[in-house]
Amino acid sequence: MCLGIPGRITAITDPGAMLATVDVSGIRRTVDVQCVAEPGRPLDDLIGRWALVHVGFAMALVDEEEARATLALLETLGEAEAERDAMRLTADLDRGEAA
Amino acid sequence: MSVWDGFKDAALGRSLVERIAERLDALGATERQPVRLMEVCGGHTHSIFRYGLATVLPPALEFLHGPGCPVCVLPMGRIDDCVAIAEDPRVIFTTFGDAMRVPGSRKSLMQAKADGADIRMVYSPLDALALARRNPDREVVFFGLGFETTMPSTALTVLRAEAEGIANFSLFSQHVTIIPTLKAVLDTPGLTVDGFIGPGHVSMVIGLRPYRFIAETYRKPFVVAGFEPVDVLQSVWMLLGRIAEGRPVIENQYGRVVPEDGNQRARAAMDAVFEERERCEWRGLGSIDRSGVRIRDRYARFDAERRFSVGGAVVADPQACQCGEVLTGTLKPWQCRLFGNGCSPETPVGALMVSSEGACAAWYQYGGARRGAA
Ligand code: SF4
Repeated sequence: MCLGIPGRITAITDPGAMLATVDVSGIRRTVDVQCVAEPGRPLDDLIGRWALVHVGFAMALVDEEEARATLALLETLGEAEAERDAMRLTADLDRGEAA
Repeated sequence: MSVWDGFKDAALGRSLVERIAERLDALGATERQPVRLMEVCGGHTHSIFRYGLATVLPPALEFLHGPGCPVCVLPMGRIDDCVAIAEDPRVIFTTFGDAMRVPGSRKSLMQAKADGADIRMVYSPLDALALARRNPDREVVFFGLGFETTMPSTALTVLRAEAEGIANFSLFSQHVTIIPTLKAVLDTPGLTVDGFIGPGHVSMVIGLRPYRFIAETYRKPFVVAGFEPVDVLQSVWMLLGRIAEGRPVIENQYGRVVPEDGNQRARAAMDAVFEERERCEWRGLGSIDRSGVRIRDRYARFDAERRFSVGGAVVADPQACQCGEVLTGTLKPWQCRLFGNGCSPETPVGALMVSSEGACAAWYQYGGARRGAA
């Protein structure tokens, strides 16, 4: 919950609502990207970028090396699995949103 | 298995440990008069235990495990309020899984769920909003907890609910703020902390400026740190340097994630939705002035506390539990009389046993090899 997890932004699903799809180690999840949107630049610029995702909100952009190192750390701490479990648990709600 | 196996860069880890030992020697620190550094954030506590950092560092360095795990400081009275709301048959009560097992005075949310309350674990407050859209005839309440790391997410969810005109969503705010918490630690009588390993993700939101008083008024160095074991070691090394120089400053070891000014958009959302509470209860620490936030009048209709007029009673911690002393570093977890003796991760009495980021749970899980655990 507090450590968040890095994911890669793969698509902008709703530019008006600032929602994107993020791939978090194989799990796709709708994420709010307004805190990492760069003012004056199209949201599409975020596609392909890595972000630190906290409870469904992208809170910081990070480079790929940092993202991978953080993922490895979270695996060791057992936090990555906990995050993925929480995402799986609510997958039906999330799909409802994205649709 | 060696501690170094877990390190991405064992050589760097080893060299940092050597350099830390040199600095401790130069400071004249000893096991009996150690340098005491507090890691504020439970994420750091977990990392320190998981990687056995206390075992590779000289005994002249002592880690104090700070109060920065929001699950661990959840007071019983607030859990009781959550249970009361959740037991209302109109309500779908949503929460992060972390809060489910925290004991209340009557029951935990987990027990309330087993007894039939409609309680659902969610990953994000956005899931709670989705539930509200799908169940217009139910009241969906989200239990917002955490420091400034998770506070923007609930603030932005309230703003989204307003923008969409979702009337059956509300937030029960148990958010707490880091600065008053640090002040309370610094003002604890008899507690000596020589420096702070600062929280990484809270700082990603609030930036570095709010910490200045720690250097200016309290003359303590503060290093915002990443969570890798080498990040923690490097931060320790930096802190020892500032202590030796007698130059307390606020520094950022985690610049790859933490911008100087934090995240503007997140801060603006928190400011829009939340305001200080005069006082806020903490498990183990009692009441800390202005350490919590509540929803502003403008968003009153999204405030579960007003919608459900809960008791709000303050409930004392269980008598035998010594969470407060552990939270302020006066006692080590294993020195609590209940540790492993009535209080364990399976049957937590205090919340420090609930989350893997709580000092007691971390000690219980990894503590066998820890110095002093004997
Ligand atoms: S062992 Fe249990 S009761 Fe004692 S301080 Fe830790 S969490 Fe609190």
